[in-house]
Amino acid sequence: MGDAPKDGRPVAFRGGGFATRPVGVVGPVVLVAVIAVWEVGCRTGFIHPLVLPAPSEAFNAFMELARSGLLWKHIGASLQRLVVGWICGTALGLSVGFMIGLFSLARAGLAPLVAAIFPIPKIALLPLFIIWFGIGEGSKVATILFGTFFPTVVATYGGVDNVDRSLIRMGQSFGLNWFSIVRKIILPGALPAILPGFRISAAIAIVLLVAAEMIGAEFGVGAYILLAGSLMATDQLIAGVAMLSVLGVAINWTIGRTEKYLLRWRA
Amino acid sequence: MDLHLQGISHRYAQVQVLSALDLTIEYGQIACIVGPSGCGKSTLLRLIGGLEKPDAGRILQIGEPPPSSLNPLTYIFQDFALLPWRSVEGNVSLVLEDHRLDAAARARIIDDVLARTRLSDFRKAFPRQLSGGMKQRVAIARALAVKPAVWLMDEPLSALDSQTRELLMDDLVELWAREPFTACYVTHNLHEAVRLGHRVVVLSRRPGKIRSVVEIDMPLTERKARESELSAQQQHLWALLREDALAADLELIDG
Repeated sequence: MGDAPKDGRPVAFRGGGFATRPVGVVGPVVLVAVIAVWEVGCRTGFIHPLVLPAPSEAFNAFMELARSGLLWKHIGASLQRLVVGWICGTALGLSVGFMIGLFSLARAGLAPLVAAIFPIPKIALLPLFIIWFGIGEGSKVATILFGTFFPTVVATYGGVDNVDRSLIRMGQSFGLNWFSIVRKIILPGALPAILPGFRISAAIAIVLLVAAEMIGAEFGVGAYILLAGSLMATDQLIAGVAMLSVLGVAINWTIGRTEKYLLRWRA
Repeated sequence: MDLHLQGISHRYAQVQVLSALDLTIEYGQIACIVGPSGCGKSTLLRLIGGLEKPDAGRILQIGEPPPSSLNPLTYIFQDFALLPWRSVEGNVSLVLEDHRLDAAARARIIDDVLARTRLSDFRKAFPRQLSGGMKQRVAIARALAVKPAVWLMDEPLSALDSQTRELLMDDLVELWAREPFTACYVTHNLHEAVRLGHRVVVLSRRPGKIRSVVEIDMPLTERKARESELSAQQQHLWALLREDALAADLELIDG
């Protein structure tokens, strides 16, 4: 190497910037800060209570609801509709998605139909569902079922289409039977596309749940919000909306964990 | 079991890939198929194993495969084709699960083939944790598990770096020396062809026909030490291929 030259300049680093890294505490800090600013704004009168109630008032409304014993009635009714609708919609969506992915005839017949019905806002069909399935649970579950069915179909057959063809050919070359190839190669290969579809369908399910509960429901978070809104009880309205938000976060977290477990081979 | 190819022709859309090709793959020998890129080598291999149907011609099995063979025509793929969601032993187990074997017999086969490919310590590893050479050894173990009558090897070493390629060639020679197998080995690498082939079949450029067949008598196990003698053969093969390779290079891919 010898002597270092005298007038050397280090090469400037210009490689950084686009890789994100996890910064753990920032999320909760931002959330707490927003709520604190909001609370302070209300206490000082900067935000008029009629415009937006203080978080503490919304919390009081929530505690009152819990004390009255109605909280679990509302949440229970909502969860039941959500779970039944989502599971049925997802099961049907997976089967139809696999059919479209695997059989030419099903693809030719059903794919255009799905493409035609997918973009219709299912809320617009709610009056029809009420005529078909009654004003009770039937129409509410059906709305959620239809809402989750279509994104699941699209995610599933997209996932099946994207399974590595060379793996399927490998399965055929070793003489695996049709059912084995579907179960051991196509299903796990499609999962990375199907699971994000669950996130989307779960979010759609929550949106539709509230919409469906705004017509002819005695109990349910949506009914609670609707009642609060018509009474201008904005503190209750905020409490109801916060419940939905927590529900959404919880579902998202559950799907995230499932994804991490089922796709641990990717890492 | 021998394989006999009679008048094989095949085309994709407008492009004639293979035309009237005759070839015999003899028991206990490795037949290497070399040719310029796009001459239909890989297509030929897919036809031999029944993954595609030829437009014309017949592929015949002469004699029965041994009864112990679970999958007489078994592929080794260039891209390994391992299931990323299955561990090393899971990938081997996959090809046994559709056969009538009890759990103990299956475990015995898996243990045996992993030991023969020196993978016993990695049986729980996932493909993403393995190097390219190890992945191909898993694929070799998977093929060993079904006791093929004929190995159909589609550029098995082409995705690997040259050092790994050298090591795996040694492995293949060792496997063959211990228990001679029949193979059809497609490659564009002439060095591999002269190291592993008992016969080297040179294909012309598209539409692929047999340009010539070169027999190499030297035993496989001696070839590494006597590499200098092989280089004459390699030069000869290159002389046969060079014109076609040059012309193939100037062709449009989907022309």
